[in-house]
Amino acid sequence: MSTETTSGTGPADTQEMTFREAIRLALREEMERDEDVFIMGEDVGKFGGVYEVTGDLVEQFGEARVRDTPISEAGFMGAGVGAAATGSRPIVEIMFSDFIGVCSEQIINQMAKNRYMFGGKTEMPITVRTTEGGGSGAASQHSGTLHTWFAHFPGVMAVAPGTPESAKGLLKSAIRSDDPVIFFENKEIYGQTGEVPLDENYTLPIGEANVEREGEDVTVVATQRMVGESLELAEELDGQVSVEVIDPRSLYPLDTDTLVESVKKTGRLVIADESPLSYGTHAEIGMRVMENAFFSLDAPIQRVGVADVHIPFSPVLEDEVLPHASDVEAAINRIV
Amino acid sequence: MVVIDIETEDGQREALRRMLTIRAFDTKAGDLFADGELPGFVHLYVGEEAVGVGACSALEADDYITSTHRGHGHCIAKGLDPKKMMSELYGKADGYCNGKGGSMHIADVDAGMLGANGIVGAGPPLATGAALTAQLKGEDKVALAFFGDGAVAQGQVHEAINIAATWDLPAVFVVENNQYGEGTPVEKQHNVQNLSETAEAYNIPGFTVDGMDITAVYEAVKEARNRAADGQGPTLIEAETYRYHGHFEGDQQPYRTEEDIDIWKDRDAIESFKQRLVDAGTITEDEFDEMKAEIDEQIETAVEEAKSAPYPDPSEAYEDMFNATVPEISQFSSQMRADGGEDR
Ligand SMILES: Cc1ncc(C[n+]2csc(CCOP(=O)(O)OP(=O)(O)O)c2C)c(N)n1
Ligand SMILES: [Mg+2]
Repeated sequence: MSTETTSGTGPADTQEMTFREAIRLALREEMERDEDVFIMGEDVGKFGGVYEVTGDLVEQFGEARVRDTPISEAGFMGAGVGAAATGSRPIVEIMFSDFIGVCSEQIINQMAKNRYMFGGKTEMPITVRTTEGGGSGAASQHSGTLHTWFAHFPGVMAVAPGTPESAKGLLKSAIRSDDPVIFFENKEIYGQTGEVPLDENYTLPIGEANVEREGEDVTVVATQRMVGESLELAEELDGQVSVEVIDPRSLYPLDTDTLVESVKKTGRLVIADESPLSYGTHAEIGMRVMENAFFSLDAPIQRVGVADVHIPFSPVLEDEVLPHASDVEAAINRIV
Repeated sequence: MVVIDIETEDGQREALRRMLTIRAFDTKAGDLFADGELPGFVHLYVGEEAVGVGACSALEADDYITSTHRGHGHCIAKGLDPKKMMSELYGKADGYCNGKGGSMHIADVDAGMLGANGIVGAGPPLATGAALTAQLKGEDKVALAFFGDGAVAQGQVHEAINIAATWDLPAVFVVENNQYGEGTPVEKQHNVQNLSETAEAYNIPGFTVDGMDITAVYEAVKEARNRAADGQGPTLIEAETYRYHGHFEGDQQPYRTEEDIDIWKDRDAIESFKQRLVDAGTITEDEFDEMKAEIDEQIETAVEEAKSAPYPDPSEAYEDMFNATVPEISQFSSQMRADGGEDR
């Protein structure tokens, strides 16, 4: 766990909390700080969100700022874009990232393009929070990992943290940012705990990776659920293989320098991310390293992800397609 | 499937049987979920049986339906086999989707059941497409879309109805207004009083019927089917109903009280239909009890068989993506399988 802290009142104060609670804390602090910030989405109010992330926020901020919407993703995503362009600072919750299928127009052709098309004459201070990932038997339409789409598409930023601390720090930066940020929350790690700074001025810059654990033999670049799993694996392998684990945290912009520095040291790279393998996040990370550290590489780069299929329902099938620590271990064994 | 002719006594008994089967199946599914037996999400149809069975009773065997995340009732109403459904809920190899789909994706395209659906509002466009096939091929088939009150807020639902209306497609659109989309009451999602009112905007007939009365649903859909098959285009029907369980199993339901639920339970669709059949002499109390016992046993057997059925082989996860063979899937999967195989 990173020990980064910032100045402010009680900078050293941290509290153990879940990933879910860290996100709720970030939302609460930013809504207290700036009254232009509001949340809208399906059942984010009294119901508290399907994954209980917004929880009791409606009690503190009221129904106008924690707004339940009709089941109209295209409509309220677009309303978020329009509100952001006119002085509001919306946080739009899309319950499952798979549902972005319903409203991608407003992201792709409006949110991502308006600033550029208008010659820089508008800002787009919107944050889209959404969930992704398999592991709970939710089947193909509720388990996708889609962040690559938006890391690829010019004009939106894509953030996908792997620890409670980075979730808090990055979500606060996303909300404060004048640019559109899509914030991906892996639902399997909502209950994962970690020490989180309580300082309300604590933020983490979007576009900075974090070396979660230092090592000498191989670099594992892991995202979301794979961060924790890779850290545990690294502990298990301690003494045999020295594994460095890096969470890029932000996929676009991507902190190429930190990744390249690490590979220059270790000479070996495994990329573990739950998205499908073809044309993906793995490919981009691998390519950036190739471009900048080709002569430091001692072995072929290894990818751990999903083999270009959807996430199936049956537990045995789902377990088969999802990446696990055992897959990272096998990838390490192939090259170390 | 066996077509129900609800205008005959046999048909009425069969309709009652299907309503009871839905209730028994979904009540059991709820218990199994609570016991930690079923993975994923389970959305139950208990309370809404008259809508699915009433509507499907007005269809012909070859007609199509599209369904929702709350699809078990539609499946049984359309004549699907509870055994294969239960196996699918368990993720077993002999389920309707060989375990790949689960509760939210049961489909039997050969039986005209074009799939439960995890995306709210995604069914109506599919029904419009099925109706288009029927029109293009000159087949006497109709496509009926079930969707919820919440789904009426989806743009694609309106687009689908407008297309069907403009092209006079043989489609029927049935809104199951169970008063909530998840935890949000219908009046917080829509500005109209009745959800059939938007029919006016498409210039098609729109009706709101009592969804707790199977006859009312049947008659409205029968008329709509006749219109559709006759080339006169779609109809929008709103059936007012209620779900007795939470949105999904495990829902704490902070948005309503036991008393709210009891108001609707007092008008229970199965109870009232049964009473009518008893009064008419179509079924006796004893025969009804016997029917119920038979169904309970059928569901118990379905559960036993589903439990003991084998899971699909893990390698099945890499099948079914395309009709064609693509090298990527086999390459990536053999790599992943070789990797992680030992400790699974
Ligand atoms: C596009 C999309 N948005 C949101 C959801 C999450 N969700 C699942 S069911 C549901 C409520 C649907 O309400 P309604 O259409 O009335 O059907 P009901 O559950 O009442 O049968 C919601 C919001 C979804 N599955 N798909
Ligand atoms: Mg509803």
